[in-house]
Amino acid sequence: MGWTRGIPARSLTATLFALAAVSRAAVLPDDRADLDWHEWQGGGVTVDGPGVLVRKKVDDSLSLSASYSVDMISSASVDVLSTASPYKETRTEGTVSADYLHGNTIYTAGYIEGHESDYIAKTGFFSISESMFGDLTTINFGYSRGWDRVGENLHQAGLVTTTWVGDADHRNWSAGLSQVLTRNVLLGVNFETAESDGSHGSLANPYRSARYVGPDGLVHTEAQVYPDTRTGNAGSVQLKYYLPWHAALDGSYRIYHDTWGILAHTLGMGYTQPISSDWTLNANVRYYRQNAATFYSDLFPYEDSQNFIARDRELAQFDDLTFGLGASWLFHPSWPHWIEKGTLNLTYDRMHIAYGDFHNYAVGGMPMGVPLYAYGANITQFFISFWY
Amino acid sequence: MRVGRAGLSALALPLAVLLLSACTPVQPWVKPYEREHLADPIMSFNANPIQSSYLTHVFEVREGARGATGSVGGGCGCN
Amino acid sequence: MDPSHSDHRRAFLRAGIVCLTLAATAATSLASTIAPGAAAPAFQLPSSANTPLALSDLKGQVVLINFWASWCGPCRQEMPILDQLYRKYKAAGFTLLGVNVEPKSVDALGFLKGTPVTFPILFDTDSQVSKLYEVSGMPSTVILDRAGKVRYIHHGYKPGEESEYLDQIRSLMRE
Repeated sequence: MGWTRGIPARSLTATLFALAAVSRAAVLPDDRADLDWHEWQGGGVTVDGPGVLVRKKVDDSLSLSASYSVDMISSASVDVLSTASPYKETRTEGTVSADYLHGNTIYTAGYIEGHESDYIAKTGFFSISESMFGDLTTINFGYSRGWDRVGENLHQAGLVTTTWVGDADHRNWSAGLSQVLTRNVLLGVNFETAESDGSHGSLANPYRSARYVGPDGLVHTEAQVYPDTRTGNAGSVQLKYYLPWHAALDGSYRIYHDTWGILAHTLGMGYTQPISSDWTLNANVRYYRQNAATFYSDLFPYEDSQNFIARDRELAQFDDLTFGLGASWLFHPSWPHWIEKGTLNLTYDRMHIAYGDFHNYAVGGMPMGVPLYAYGANITQFFISFWY
Repeated sequence: MRVGRAGLSALALPLAVLLLSACTPVQPWVKPYEREHLADPIMSFNANPIQSSYLTHVFEVREGARGATGSVGGGCGCN
Repeated sequence: MDPSHSDHRRAFLRAGIVCLTLAATAATSLASTIAPGAAAPAFQLPSSANTPLALSDLKGQVVLINFWASWCGPCRQEMPILDQLYRKYKAAGFTLLGVNVEPKSVDALGFLKGTPVTFPILFDTDSQVSKLYEVSGMPSTVILDRAGKVRYIHHGYKPGEESEYLDQIRSLMRE
């Protein structure tokens, strides 16, 4: 099952974000190692697994980083329940990258590869980050290119065979600016454009089907038909305030619009408070809202009613609200002596998602009285970090 | 390479900054010795990459939108 | 011509004009008082030795003034290396001043407890001396000759830079 199905490409800024650690102006990111256990539980799906990230400077101007993450998926989601049977899947992803510092500029290049039984994603990326105006301003430009092999698993008599459907090609461009406004305020502005090209419907999720009302007045299913191109643009603004009692407040807003007709808004706020020299607490809230893709419908009026047909709920109209809490404990291990410091961290997020035009047919077969789909999820992450 | 209008306009702001920086040294209004608060780890845009990348992935899988999720910069401005 | 193209052209033209204007005004304000050959500005600051220390007390010695903060990674990295330099040459007419630029000294004192140094630490809590010496990077190092003139200026610290300090100090001591 395509865990990454329908995702045009791993967001470039998310990738750069994940690697930059604390990209401090003209200084390479700190050497560090992180080990985590993450879990998603909600909507009938449980995904958990470990992850590791290691970063080390090899000399004054070069920093190397590698990471690996595993997701073990156990799915009995509403889509699976209404059309198939529960399944298990494992997804792995590895990244390697290098950061080269020259003067006030950092050049970053890297490669990501993700594997599932029916999806192989390969991405190469490059970015340049430069600090200027007395290190008050940092600008960065990035480009990534992705090549995906998209397939479909067929379950027959206990055997799983994978048919390769087609390829998907992704190109992302990103540009960003971070600006110190005052000694207590930081501003971040980001833009990203993602273009995806598929073939043979490789941009679609083959395990989902659309529904239509047949001439017999009953609901039937038909195959989805997706466009073979998708271009999306995102722009975001982020502000961080240092509060006088030694705390930080941050706010962010992102707007996204693509050629499939999706317009989405994301609003976030967070508060970080160290409560002692060792303990830091964090609370945050995130609101997301999107309208449906132009070719999406929960129930089409008749078969083959449009050029493009989709009932994948990721393209539906919905909003979600997430509340998160985190705690971090700083320690200084006496052994081994080359470890400078470490942190033990736990975060918990509670997400509630409610669809405006997607009904939960797994509940029962009757079109009338089928509720709109909504569910809550628990996202937990426990990780340990070391700096050396 | 089809960058597209949107891609070009997205590049405009950081390019404009790059142009301005190349022509003159603007005097910083926050001096290097005044960056104590900005250097504090609680003021970093992304203190724990392993955590933020996981959460971003969780949302990207379930939502239609993606991208423009993070900033780099700020910090102590050392060296 | 496509309207958006002429819009872009106009935008770049405006940026160019702003550029030139800034360059013109910056040219007049670029003159710096802290340059090789200039007299080092006098100052007096409270020190870790409980008695205030004035720069004028050090006339006749080669002086290295290092501006540092406990929140600055490269500064922390540099401190033990500066201490080595100080202990090696202090008997030969060299002295090193570590000017801490933090408004509150508690974090600096905490750092010095874990990483003690033998050279004098001065506390520039109101940033007067930092402004006087036009500190434009963290850390900043200014090396003065025996006559109290600025001779060498360093911005930032990269491992290995101490060999430059060594060469410069030795050449100033031979004068």
